[in-house]
Amino acid sequence: MTTLDGNVLAGRLADTFGWDATAADARCATCGAHGPIAIAVVYATRMGVVARCGNCDGVLATFVEAADGRAWFGMPGISALEITRWTPESESPA
Amino acid sequence: MSFITRGFSSRRGERDPRLPPGQSLVTDWPVLSAGPTPEVDPADWEFVVRTENGAHSWNWDELHALGVEDIITDIHCVTHWTKLEMPWRGVPLDKIWESVETEHDYVMAHSYGGYTTNVPVEHLLDGKSWIAFEADGAPLDPEHGGPARLLVPHLYFWKSAKWIRGLVTMPSDEAGFWEQNGYHLRGDPWLEERYW
Amino acid sequence: MTSRRPATWHVATVVDSRNETPTARRIELDVPTWPGNDAGSHVDVRLTAPDGYQATRSYSIGSAGEGTRIVLAVDEVPEGEVSPFLVHELRAGDQLELHGPLGAFFVWTPPPPAPGETPRPVQLIAGGSGVVPLYAMAAAHAESGDATQFRLLYSVRTPEDVFFRDELTALTVAEPALRLDIVYTRRAPPDWPTPPARVTRDRLQAAALPAASRPRVYVCGPTPFVEAVAGWLIDAGHRPGDVRTERFGGS
Repeated sequence: MTTLDGNVLAGRLADTFGWDATAADARCATCGAHGPIAIAVVYATRMGVVARCGNCDGVLATFVEAADGRAWFGMPGISALEITRWTPESESPA
Repeated sequence: MSFITRGFSSRRGERDPRLPPGQSLVTDWPVLSAGPTPEVDPADWEFVVRTENGAHSWNWDELHALGVEDIITDIHCVTHWTKLEMPWRGVPLDKIWESVETEHDYVMAHSYGGYTTNVPVEHLLDGKSWIAFEADGAPLDPEHGGPARLLVPHLYFWKSAKWIRGLVTMPSDEAGFWEQNGYHLRGDPWLEERYW
Repeated sequence: MTSRRPATWHVATVVDSRNETPTARRIELDVPTWPGNDAGSHVDVRLTAPDGYQATRSYSIGSAGEGTRIVLAVDEVPEGEVSPFLVHELRAGDQLELHGPLGAFFVWTPPPPAPGETPRPVQLIAGGSGVVPLYAMAAAHAESGDATQFRLLYSVRTPEDVFFRDELTALTVAEPALRLDIVYTRRAPPDWPTPPARVTRDRLQAAALPAASRPRVYVCGPTPFVEAVAGWLIDAGHRPGDVRTERFGGS
């Protein structure tokens, strides 16, 4: 079966975090490699979506959706996710 | 709030009274993957059962020597498809368990490639499960879990771990991969135990 | 975290749906709540069946800007769940649920003016329907009057399979001009100087901007195409951070 990349997670991440985190830097808890979520290797089937590290194949995150509207977001392999609150060139922190 | 999309209908197969609730009949065999397909040569293959008392391992020929039997069984995927009366060949876990001593009531199944799933020991024994090598009259394709997979057909098929490598007994039930990420700990299709 | 254009769910109405290629439809949607979108963005389209079953798929937007009309160009995936419906069943007046705009990573916006600096050129590489977000980038580039050098290498099976053909042709004579290289892989037009052939490492090298120009590269198309091209780009000296990819699955 063919893989996709983390770009397809944008909608699910926006539903989870309230913003599109595909450009956010994530660190793989298995091997330490980091990069934007957009470059994760994604396996998508009706079981759910599994995002894996392109360096070591370790599972970064999972999305599972039930037919009754419940959904689960797992982040077993992301040790931390960088979020940009502000940048020096733009505004000062609130 | 979602609305019904004009002209869109779900493509599920036919309903059939022989099926568990929410399942539809299919005649093909869908492949669902959570990661890359491992390539394991039977010459290098090993199956291990590890308990609190030690470990026992079998290579390909040793496991086959325990006695391979023919099975006809239905399989039910949590993604709503069911295949009826599918022919399989494998070694029953009952034969394997003759070499196992444990007080533990649960196992974690481990696969080549890292997949895990948890099963209570009572759901493996008394003719309920096999280590399977053939399906539909042919050796298992790697994409379907070959060279060998766990076959526990009375539970949802994510419990039938592809590329099985071994079982580790546990004193309490702990969640494997899908169970950690939203799926039911036990997975009985007749009770529709799909999710948490 | 705030965003200029937060992703939300919208109800879109189909304004127009017409054949784009023998296997694809161009669908124009009116989305009254649309906040506008950057070039390269996509939407998730969610369909709901009468029994409650839902299927969601992502589609790149072939347009960019501040308006409330967006254009999708959907290629039919054989045995697909959503694309056959969008290509064969959907008609003007129908409504669709959309989630967007999405795509914080695979987008292009005109760079801020940096006096005295030459902007880095942009190399777009498209495989089949992967041209949709890249066309949106090329169109946004022309609209902005931005002086950056833009090139598009577009791999496509036959002349009938070219998406946005008229629009791409117009961009090649606009100011600033898009440099367009089409590679036909199965059948070329009768007067074509090169016989049909897939993009190879050498073909890519000949048509694309070299690593020495330090282009920003965007590659989009079926997964095997994207991975082959990205590999060749890295081998040719482009830095991984300079190459952005979007995989469409398929073969």
